[in-house]
Amino acid sequence: MKPSPLTRYLREGSLPHFFCPGCGAAQVLNYFLRAADEVKLDFDRLVGIGGVGCTARIPVYLKADCLHGVHGRTLPWATGIKLHNPDLKVVIFSGDGDAAAIGGNHLIQAARRNLDVVMIVVNNLNYGMTGGQVAPTTPEGMNTMTTPYGNVEPRFDLCELAITAGATFVSRWSTFRSRQGIRAIKKALGHKGFSLVEFVAQCPTNFGRRALGTGDPAKNVQWIEERSVTIEQAKALTPEEFAGRFVLGDFLETQRAVFAGSSTLDRGGDA
Amino acid sequence: MLGNVAVVEGALAAGCDFFAGYPITPANEISERMALRMPEVGGKFLQGEDELCSVYAVTGAALAGAKAMTATASEGFNYMLEGVGYAVAAEIPCVFVDVQRCRGENYATQADVMQLRWAASGDHEMIVLAPWSVQELFDHTVKAFNLAERFRTPVIVMSETTIALMRENLVIPEASRIEIVGRARPTVPPAEFVPFRAEKDGVPPLPRLGEGYAILHSLNPHDERGGITWDPDVFETMYERILGKITAHRDEIVETDGYFLDDAEIVLVAYGSEARPALDAIEAARRKGIRAGLLRLITVWPVPEKEIRAAAERASVLLAIEMNVGKYAGEVERVAAGRCEVVRVTKNRGEIHTSNEILAAIEEAAR
Repeated sequence: MKPSPLTRYLREGSLPHFFCPGCGAAQVLNYFLRAADEVKLDFDRLVGIGGVGCTARIPVYLKADCLHGVHGRTLPWATGIKLHNPDLKVVIFSGDGDAAAIGGNHLIQAARRNLDVVMIVVNNLNYGMTGGQVAPTTPEGMNTMTTPYGNVEPRFDLCELAITAGATFVSRWSTFRSRQGIRAIKKALGHKGFSLVEFVAQCPTNFGRRALGTGDPAKNVQWIEERSVTIEQAKALTPEEFAGRFVLGDFLETQRAVFAGSSTLDRGGDA
Repeated sequence: MLGNVAVVEGALAAGCDFFAGYPITPANEISERMALRMPEVGGKFLQGEDELCSVYAVTGAALAGAKAMTATASEGFNYMLEGVGYAVAAEIPCVFVDVQRCRGENYATQADVMQLRWAASGDHEMIVLAPWSVQELFDHTVKAFNLAERFRTPVIVMSETTIALMRENLVIPEASRIEIVGRARPTVPPAEFVPFRAEKDGVPPLPRLGEGYAILHSLNPHDERGGITWDPDVFETMYERILGKITAHRDEIVETDGYFLDDAEIVLVAYGSEARPALDAIEAARRKGIRAGLLRLITVWPVPEKEIRAAAERASVLLAIEMNVGKYAGEVERVAAGRCEVVRVTKNRGEIHTSNEILAAIEEAAR
């Protein structure tokens, strides 16, 4: 079989990858490579950042500089890198645990500052790598390894959080909506300012088997798709119909000065 | 000049161009001064949302090519430990200043001397410098940057409330007289570069992010090419090199100072501000005809084993002087290894020893 031309963007010797069959994070790696290829992203000037978890492994496969291996601290790393060298392109790959739980405050502050980075969140609704524990993004009622009687906590909406905190590009798709997702990554790569692209993703191995009762990747994807609505469709729904949905779409695209440090003589910023 | 301010000026003299910190007393003057000075010298200042943001911003900036540092105080350093462990494992040159304080208050203490050495997760060596004056806060901040760059490792300046908040004369040498060390950079193009192979000294060259070397800087065990692997041989080899680059250069790193050691029967072993009353007490003891001397540890980690051992061989008793419950004393006892008696002279009530208290201990030992 002829290898995909996209493999030229992968670190030599890094395949086979470690993702489970049917994993959503692996699909997002594919989407990122397609988007990067289409916008002719310079991988020599790219810094990929991953925290800890399945999604955090995505940048490990890129033939680019990469920081990896600490849970939740992707944005602080990115802050130091971008302040010292604003010309670098920094792309963060974050799971929902990294983004919404242990690194939650970093997300709020980086969005508030409008740090010029792309943050791609693969939200697989649970802690996949550690074996399927409940996450702040797990839908209510779901059984996980640490909610054996059903999740009692309401879930986080990361896009709403990022918008409120001050992000300037916010988009959410699912792994099923590949074309829209790739388009959103391309937009984020071209955007100056804090960009969040969230993918609602299947985790057949851990979320699927425990919460949904099936480890079949297609059925997991289908479960997400059945609950997905676009921003326009969502407007027509009653609160009862809206509950438990995943709202997909480009939520926000705006411009304002990007972060250049907490103390600077240049008051103008660089919009 | 205020001790905390001397730290800032020392950092700038060393070429520091990135600072990130989170407010905490008694280290605040460092970040406040940095906020003023960094824009003046073309550097970047970040007030992080917490210590974790600060420490990772420092490691990120350092990988991007900055000479980066942070400053905090005891409990703040607790939060930063996670990042210290990363900086050790990923071999990132950066400087930490810990202005030690006590239980959330600004009591004087040296209680962090073990925390700084051991508290980060994973196996590691640590370089910790213990200045005793405002002048040394300047000098040792410069030295900390030089050691960090030389060995690709975090280096800690162990400050104390006593000297950090003290004003003393400071002589800033002309820039041409200050030795500045920069990190080794690759001399071969990316295709030929093996990122974690050390040709000499155990210290691999470090390119800046974005130079095309495509390096994976992971906390996880990694082979010479940076690839994550769980092979026990790789794990062992990696840590042997990361620890070995420090242990093999102890003599280059370790610095001590001696006073009246030639004929001393009673040798005080002290570090940081505690060496000040210790030296006063020795001079008082000498006037009383007691042959006392001082071994001042400028580097507390790695332990100046040769110097402590030599003192233990010559003296009849070592007094381990400390402003805590007695922590480093265990190291002094370990190195002395029965060559002479070791007496612990500790004070743990948020105050520095007075010279009279130490003199009393010397007189007791001389009896």
